[in-house]
Amino acid sequence: MKVLIAIPILGSLLVFQSAVLNYFPLLYGTADLILITIIAWALQKNVQTAWQWGIIGALFVGFVSEIPYFVPIIGYSIAVGIALAIRQRIWQVPILAMLVTVFIGSLLVNMVTMISLILQDIPIPLMQSINIIVIPSIFLNLLFSIPLYIIFSDLAKWLYPEELEM
Amino acid sequence: MRTPSTRSLQTTVLALLIIGLIVLALGGYLAPLSRLALNPFVEAQTWLSTRFLAIQNYLNAPQDLARLRSRNLELEAEVSRLQAEIIVLKQQISETRVLSALVDFARVHPENRYVAAAVIGRDPNPFLKYIIINRGSDDGLRRSMPVVTQQGLVGRISAVTAGAARVQLITDNSSSVNIRIEPSKAQAVLQGSITGDLTLDLIPQAATIEIGDLVLTSGLGGNYPSDILVGQITSVRRKETDLFQGAAVQPVVDFAKLEIVLIVTNFQPVDIEPLIPSDISP
Repeated sequence: MKVLIAIPILGSLLVFQSAVLNYFPLLYGTADLILITIIAWALQKNVQTAWQWGIIGALFVGFVSEIPYFVPIIGYSIAVGIALAIRQRIWQVPILAMLVTVFIGSLLVNMVTMISLILQDIPIPLMQSINIIVIPSIFLNLLFSIPLYIIFSDLAKWLYPEELEM
Repeated sequence: MRTPSTRSLQTTVLALLIIGLIVLALGGYLAPLSRLALNPFVEAQTWLSTRFLAIQNYLNAPQDLARLRSRNLELEAEVSRLQAEIIVLKQQISETRVLSALVDFARVHPENRYVAAAVIGRDPNPFLKYIIINRGSDDGLRRSMPVVTQQGLVGRISAVTAGAARVQLITDNSSSVNIRIEPSKAQAVLQGSITGDLTLDLIPQAATIEIGDLVLTSGLGGNYPSDILVGQITSVRRKETDLFQGAAVQPVVDFAKLEIVLIVTNFQPVDIEPLIPSDISP
């Protein structure tokens, strides 16, 4: 039942992103708070609900955005998988793991979006898109990643307290 | 030993002296003398009073200061409250101006029916140019209804829920609008882009178009009503070797500052797909 807390959290973040954050783009790139949150959650040690959060976030984004549902589902699922894989390998430096995962995750989600638009016969100039949308979006995501990681680290410790070994 | 007559004489003289002094004083003849006599007393009084007031102010200063500080805080709080109220009122004035302009626009186009909606968000995907408005099917909105402002064309509704709708802007990469260029009456297609820039394609080579020409919807294709202002041509691209001319368009609507839009509810988009001939395979 603890996974249900994802609904108000991700919902609030999406509302904030859509109503406020998207009015402050960098070139034409915007931050993806849902992606950063999902990655931050997946990197937490005691969290077992990373996939659920990923699916819930993807469904929210798919409902609000014109992008087809499968795009955020695929993109966020890949990002969660990468986060879980990195969690086991770079667990001693969680901030580094967060930055690496956000970078790779942002790149992949934007690539999946571009591929889906191309498949819909919507012309996307590749280099221009990378220069003015993908790279600024990655930069903004990295900017928000540390504060969100700290917040959700505290939330994870509160929801899933570590058991003391006697 | 004084006799009673001596005593009464003294009393009489004294009384006459006093009466005389009073008469002289009333006549003003004693003013210089009284001035001379009173000056030292006045000086002393002033000196003493000044010192006393200084001591009194010094002793009362903490109370006054506390009272002043308290009053200052109250006034500052009142100023903050009034400033907040001013901001709210200015916002209301701004919204009223926008609504008033929209009402004027509706009056100028009485053949259309409009529903006003506020822009409450934007598409979270940076590749897409969509806005979210706070009206939906409960307010009579349907897919493909055109959306305008008093300045010109905004886009059309792409998805609707009960209380909200998503609007595709004409600046979106997948948006295309059939337009007419004035005054040449040339037909063309307006395309959006990922940067939000608008370009005109498929302008016939024979058409004479110039910078500053107006771009309006033509109504062809049935997606938008005709004669809605879209923008103005800012540059023309013409090569003799090309099949068509191209142009860049500056939209009349400032899409970065959209607050309130009008949805044309009595316009029925026409689905012309059944009329488009399908490819005939050999």
